[in-house]
Amino acid sequence: MSRLAEFIFRRRGRNGWHWTDIFTWVWLIGGLFIMFGPAVWLVGSSFKSPAALAEFPPSIMPYVTQKATIEGYDKPLDLYEVTMPDGSKKVLAEVRRIGIVSQMVSPEKPTEIVKVKIAERTPVRTMSFATSNYSEPFTHFDFVRYLWNSVFVTVTATLITLIVNSMAAFALSKYEFRGRTFAMLLILATLMVPLSVIMVPLYSIVSALGLFNNLWGVILPTVATPTGVFILRQYMLTIPDELIDAARMDKASEWQIYWRIILPLTAPALAVLAIFSVVWRWNDFLWPLIVLSRKELYTLQVGLSIYSGELNVQWHFILAMTVVTMIPVVLVFIFLQRFITTGIAGTGLK
Amino acid sequence: MGHIKLTSVTKSFGAVDVLHDINLEIQDGEFVVFVGPSGCGKSTLLRMIAGLEKPTGGELSIDGKVVNDVPAADRGLAMVFQSYALYPHMSVRQNLAFGLENTRMPKAEIAERIAEAARMLEIEAYLERRPGQLSGGQRQRVAIGRAIVRRPVAFLLDEPLSNLDAELRGSTRAELAALHARLSATMIYVTHDQVEAMTLADRIVVLRAGRIEQIGTPLELYNRPANRFVAGFIGSPHMNFLEGTLEAAGSGTAVATLKGGHQLQVPIENRAFAAGAPITLGVRPQHITLDAGENSIPAKIRLVEALGSETVLHADVAGQKLLVVAPGQHDLAPGADIRLSLTAAPIHLFNDKGLRLERAV
Amino acid sequence: MKADVPKGSGSGLGETAMVPVRLAMAAIDAPLRFVQRRLGIGGMATFFLLPNMLIFGIFVLLPFFINFAYSMTGGTALFLPDRSFVGGDQYARLFDCANYADPNSCAEDTFWTAVGNTAWFVVLQVTLMILFSLVTALILNRDLMARSFWRAVFFFPVLLSPVVVGLIWKWILQRQGLLNFGLYGLGFEPYTWLNDRNWSFAATVGVSIWAHMGFYTLILLAGLQAIPKDLYEAAEMDGTRPARAFWRITLPLLMPNLLVVIVLVLIRAVQIFDEVYVLTGGGPGTSTLYITQYIYETGFATQLRNPGLAAAASILMGGVLVVLTLVQLGLGRKGEKKGARK
Repeated sequence: MSRLAEFIFRRRGRNGWHWTDIFTWVWLIGGLFIMFGPAVWLVGSSFKSPAALAEFPPSIMPYVTQKATIEGYDKPLDLYEVTMPDGSKKVLAEVRRIGIVSQMVSPEKPTEIVKVKIAERTPVRTMSFATSNYSEPFTHFDFVRYLWNSVFVTVTATLITLIVNSMAAFALSKYEFRGRTFAMLLILATLMVPLSVIMVPLYSIVSALGLFNNLWGVILPTVATPTGVFILRQYMLTIPDELIDAARMDKASEWQIYWRIILPLTAPALAVLAIFSVVWRWNDFLWPLIVLSRKELYTLQVGLSIYSGELNVQWHFILAMTVVTMIPVVLVFIFLQRFITTGIAGTGLK
Repeated sequence: MGHIKLTSVTKSFGAVDVLHDINLEIQDGEFVVFVGPSGCGKSTLLRMIAGLEKPTGGELSIDGKVVNDVPAADRGLAMVFQSYALYPHMSVRQNLAFGLENTRMPKAEIAERIAEAARMLEIEAYLERRPGQLSGGQRQRVAIGRAIVRRPVAFLLDEPLSNLDAELRGSTRAELAALHARLSATMIYVTHDQVEAMTLADRIVVLRAGRIEQIGTPLELYNRPANRFVAGFIGSPHMNFLEGTLEAAGSGTAVATLKGGHQLQVPIENRAFAAGAPITLGVRPQHITLDAGENSIPAKIRLVEALGSETVLHADVAGQKLLVVAPGQHDLAPGADIRLSLTAAPIHLFNDKGLRLERAV
Repeated sequence: MKADVPKGSGSGLGETAMVPVRLAMAAIDAPLRFVQRRLGIGGMATFFLLPNMLIFGIFVLLPFFINFAYSMTGGTALFLPDRSFVGGDQYARLFDCANYADPNSCAEDTFWTAVGNTAWFVVLQVTLMILFSLVTALILNRDLMARSFWRAVFFFPVLLSPVVVGLIWKWILQRQGLLNFGLYGLGFEPYTWLNDRNWSFAATVGVSIWAHMGFYTLILLAGLQAIPKDLYEAAEMDGTRPARAFWRITLPLLMPNLLVVIVLVLIRAVQIFDEVYVLTGGGPGTSTLYITQYIYETGFATQLRNPGLAAAASILMGGVLVVLTLVQLGLGRKGEKKGARK
């Protein structure tokens, strides 16, 4: 590979920096910022207080202006560091601001108002992580509910996906029967029928089955995935047929062959499908949006989008909950990325 | 116990007939080898006996019971597969136990049977290993062990030695023969290697293109091949065939005119033939001598392979190739003219359809 | 992928966890042996296929077929028997235009706006997506330090949910967002990007590329790595210039992968919805209203919902997708044949 790459891009100047080398590193470093930057920014922002979020220009880290409770004032006042006319520095609390002049008091002498030009004061700020962004949605809003719904949908759908599709893949890879080609073509054909094409009639069928506003209405239409059947079938085709013959001679029933021979041997492909399925179901949006109209049934994705679409967006909560929603996928990314990338490279599927 | 009978069995996959009218009776305790070139249907025949394929026609019976519709699991047979087909995710012990567990056999008896088979095959040391951690020879033993613990009516072996290297194949062959003697169970063995067939079999079934060409003991096949195919298939290096015509007979002998005009006296022992008919003479390379005697033919040497104990000569007799295996060492060079004598050789005669010209009864 | 033996799958903990599963599977076995005796071994294939086929049938095939029926009915009722048959009226309505170049002259003006937007989106997004992912794949195919890390960098957004993607970028593109912060540092005034018709359209293109580029990069990279390197060595021996080697070796050999990627990108681009819906909601106005959102809103979300019209529009989109998928399958088969010949 190395020589190949070298050859593509540089032939002379192997010792120096060819323009392609510079381009490569600009592209990579730029990519690093563009790909990771937004997510990092999101995580950083999610720890900021609403006041800090409204600031412009924004600070990189979450800062809070220190406040002090001062005698004679009901609310805590913001503290500022002020450069006094004599050049000394003093910490004062702002009572009110009129134009470019700020009326301030010293915490020691609450009654004496000092007038300061706003250019001569800087807020006293300390770094502070607004963890309430995370804790409050869990106590005051339905996010625990949404989280549970998402977990339920993801886990159940994945389990059913694995069982149903591995059974079908077993039938399609290890049995000769009439209509096998037809069944394969049928499954292949469903690749051409994405959700966006059939959402109207699918909605009516799901309603007719009484699954509207029901998490099963989200789960069931997704579990028979053609990609799942294909991944597993391709893999099962590599399991020698003689193993099945041997098991039959060993008096194993077909069901035993399926779960004691085929399933354990298909474990790597099942793992890939399981990872895919978890990511798919966790991220599903349009279909849950259609099927679920009751708040307590929302999945995280639906809940997030509804909250973020409200007129008065509470960004501090939204950001924090977006981070929560990202967590499982980021964990998958960190620990299982290898499976996914080889899975995609091997099958060309997402 | 282990008496298997096939009556007019046929098999076709779709429009392709792979087996035609197979009639065969295998006695209890017999070691029968199916041999033939690849694609001759020998494996299909074995899988049909096993119950893994269904016969298209005819009748298959085991111990007098017709088993056409009995599933493989209930025929009481055990099979050793070419690839061994060991379950890769189970230990050796689990591999051996799997079939017994399926019959709901008590655990103690399973353990006992496994111990016995492991002792017999000397695989005790690696009962807890996975097949992937074993060498080819060890896997082979496990595969046989898996069949033994079942105590089957008959053993079916599908080219069990073909994945071993040459040396191991020889020793395992001898062990298999010993195992058969010890178990005295019916064994049906499929191979394309005629040496395996000759050394192991009580009886050999030679198959070609879905038909049985000949059934017989190894020596019967060697000495009296029923047709050109069997003659060519059994024996190594394979038999020489010389084309020619048979002239009128003398008493007990006839004169054969080979292509190219050389004449040769051939013992005919009352074999039925018509004078002037085209025939094929079959002579095994080992039976030809380097001798300029009376009944000899001239030949030109094309290649000499000196093996030390014997010398293989590739010769040319008026355009027909002839292989000679001469014992000992000979100082001959390609291009040399020699004379070859067939006097001492058993000569097999085949008619233009390739069938053996048999003695007229 | 090849079947290899899972190593050490029988750890103590896993074994204990598997006990109930084993018992359940064994319990299922007894009745299934009975089924097997009735059906025969071949019949068990049907048994194994059945659950999948049932779900396919109910949730994919059935909707697919009754979609045609829906598209020929009118009214707001949900269930097919309650709906009135209107023949081709819905299609006629969709195509009722005085001037096809001007969506405002159409009876169903939002449909044509959505079609127009989608067309522009597809052209721009597919072109840029292919360009970016190809360049990235070529770069990742170089002899890089920590290549798997760099590959992961570009792959990262692929796994994020569209909602998260939409929210991340909505947050960055808003008035107090990171983009304005950066531009402010360069002396620009803050701008509300997503309130601008052109910029919000550009944002949907850019964000969808950001989110999915890594996926196509991966496929192209796999294609690049499958090119035998001795070809390049041979070319080097022949004194071939690098640029020429790219055009004459890399590109032709990558072509099967590249074509598949192009069609995949096309199919996905036509259906764009999720991240755009969260990012811009189709706005401002209808500047980022794409066809799937039109179907969704016509069928479900608006006061005057019209499932028949939505079904008709979805069938038109389905037609486009079927053509694209068939092209893809055709290309895939061609690629396979090429592979087989190698």
